[in-house]
Amino acid sequence: MFSPADLVQIPIDDWVNSLVRDFLVPNFRSFFRALQAPVTSVLNWVDAFLHWLPMLAVTAILTVIADRTAGRGVAIFTLLALSFIDMTGLWPETMTTLSMVITSVLFCAVMGIPLGIWAARSDRVLFVMRPILDIMQTIPSFVYLVPIVMLFGVGMVPGIIATIIFALPPIVRLTNLGIRNVRADLIEAAEAFGSTGWQMLWEVQIPLALRTIMAGLNQTLMLALSMVVIAALIGAGGLGLTVYTGLGRLNVGAATAGGIGIVLLAIILDRITQALGEKNSETAPSLWQTLCSLFSWGLEAKQEKDKTA
Amino acid sequence: MKPKLRIENVFKIFGERPEEALKALEQGKSKLEILEETGQTVGVKGVSFEVNEGEIFVVMGLSGSGKSTLVRMLNGLIPATSGRILIDNEDVTRCSAERLRNIRRNKIAMVFQHFALFPHKTVLENVAYGLKIKGEAAHRRREKALKALEQVGLAAYADSMPGELSGGMQQRVGLARGLATDPEILLMDEPFSALDPLIRREMQEELLHLQKVLNKTIIFITHDLNEALLLGDKIAIMKDGAFVQVGTAQEIVDRPADEYVAAFVADVDRGRVFQASHVAGRPVTVEQSEIGAAEKALQLMEKHNRNALYVVDKGKVAGVVAYQELAVAAREEGRTDLKEVMVTDVPVVHPETPLNELYAAASAGYPIAMTDSHGRLVGVIEVEAVFSQLSGCASENGATSGNECASQAKTQGSQDRNVQPR
Repeated sequence: MFSPADLVQIPIDDWVNSLVRDFLVPNFRSFFRALQAPVTSVLNWVDAFLHWLPMLAVTAILTVIADRTAGRGVAIFTLLALSFIDMTGLWPETMTTLSMVITSVLFCAVMGIPLGIWAARSDRVLFVMRPILDIMQTIPSFVYLVPIVMLFGVGMVPGIIATIIFALPPIVRLTNLGIRNVRADLIEAAEAFGSTGWQMLWEVQIPLALRTIMAGLNQTLMLALSMVVIAALIGAGGLGLTVYTGLGRLNVGAATAGGIGIVLLAIILDRITQALGEKNSETAPSLWQTLCSLFSWGLEAKQEKDKTA
Repeated sequence: MKPKLRIENVFKIFGERPEEALKALEQGKSKLEILEETGQTVGVKGVSFEVNEGEIFVVMGLSGSGKSTLVRMLNGLIPATSGRILIDNEDVTRCSAERLRNIRRNKIAMVFQHFALFPHKTVLENVAYGLKIKGEAAHRRREKALKALEQVGLAAYADSMPGELSGGMQQRVGLARGLATDPEILLMDEPFSALDPLIRREMQEELLHLQKVLNKTIIFITHDLNEALLLGDKIAIMKDGAFVQVGTAQEIVDRPADEYVAAFVADVDRGRVFQASHVAGRPVTVEQSEIGAAEKALQLMEKHNRNALYVVDKGKVAGVVAYQELAVAAREEGRTDLKEVMVTDVPVVHPETPLNELYAAASAGYPIAMTDSHGRLVGVIEVEAVFSQLSGCASENGATSGNECASQAKTQGSQDRNVQPR
């Protein structure tokens, strides 16, 4: 039987091998090494800080944040979940994972939001960007783990870079979507009053897209957490390493403990970031207004306002 | 007076190849033909007009007539394809982006149909938006925005969110936002269309009231003819991207340019469009203290075929005498003092009084006296003139049939309406 392979054979593996091995690695290794410097410094800082903070302090901070944003239920859950993690003896690993996740989400936001804004302003940029984002989202992460190791080496920072590649698309996409969905008449109004492009962005587009951008951040965070185990393959530590070692040694118990830690962390971070997104679009009474209404002077002020209505 | 805004032969073609459409327009092809042949949509074709300072210029047309496109070309939100748009003799279509932004910040503000308030900002922040964009300091911003809010009566809601307000209140905020930067020109794109009728009426009156104080140059877009007639110093009727007729409310109702306009004005409440000054005749009077006033009054009435005559005292209305009573008193009984037969409780109206408010004055049975703000008699309104104007046949002999009216309305000048309204 005839097949196209009889005519032409494409040795794509050889091409990529020579591209990476013979061109990128010898010529650009130092460049890529330099690229990871900002990631390294941020990671070191966050990691050191989280490990320096006592367990109770971290728990207290996260519980208060959860209470302020997502309400009492989530706060109680946060308190119990973090206590549970500490009891399983995985607290240091959890903090390592948390610092990895924070670092990669930070870089995703710093790169992804401007990229999303850029894509929203130009159809041409979006046209080019969309397939790249599709590739980043769908390509199995194992494919790019090897070149990452070759270019960046092993350890936490290459793990974070792999995580960034995997987790970046949602925030770009949703920033783009959020800004494009801002009501046209509001854009027109801002323009009619003589706004510059930047003023339009800061005063109207970003505030109104914030809810969608926060949803993107939430998605990015979840994807970053899901990369924790895979990043452990190339030397990143933390809960992912616990799971990975458990897998390697057929230690079901250790793998389960690590897995539970990841899930609990994921739930806490998810609830908090989701609540952040919803809070922002609410026009209902803010926390401050709610507090005011608890006191009599707040009530009086409200009654006065009602009277004038 | 120098016009504040002058629009000269402005065209707007939507599409990739506007030149083709412009050429086709020159050949006299219709909007539909051009769309079929070139795929280009004609938005506005060859519109020219002038607006003086302090004038309300209303553009009235149905949806798709190009009125919203036209108003957006005035501040460059939609660039004109050809033609000139001059604001204080500066061409908006040719100035730089920077200059256009400056014009938008300082000279020309806009009020939108669906309010377009920023939902994430408080009412005060919304009103202060234009000031913030201009880079004014926070405390001045607050001061000016509060002042603008006071003008529309919403200062108490400064810290509310727009979503908490009713539609009418939201549009007041929109209006305050337009006024806050103290622009010379205000563009209003169907600002009251989204409001329910009662609120709309209230807002129209408030706009007129505000305009008396502010004296802005206003371009007002509407699809409601009654709104146009009420607000407009000048009204343009727009159809298929072009002006069909431009004129005052009275001109448009009295002398529609074509059948399209005529169909529009057919069921207009003429009692609100026309005012006392439009039907008043030149006053024929007799001075109270004159010697032989009674005889002179009788002769005047006979000469002008009137059955009542106004008596004035140094220009001011003293009273009215009826022919029958005066004739009996003066010619038969020999009492020549006008004061004895004069009725002093006379109906008095102002030149701006709309006709539909004349009913009470007309019920006295005498002609109605029209006085200016100093109380001087400037016109006399015969009751028949009111009715003939209301019925659409403003001719002296009171023609009644509809067709005759229409033809007469065009030919007849304002021979009987020679009193300056304002």
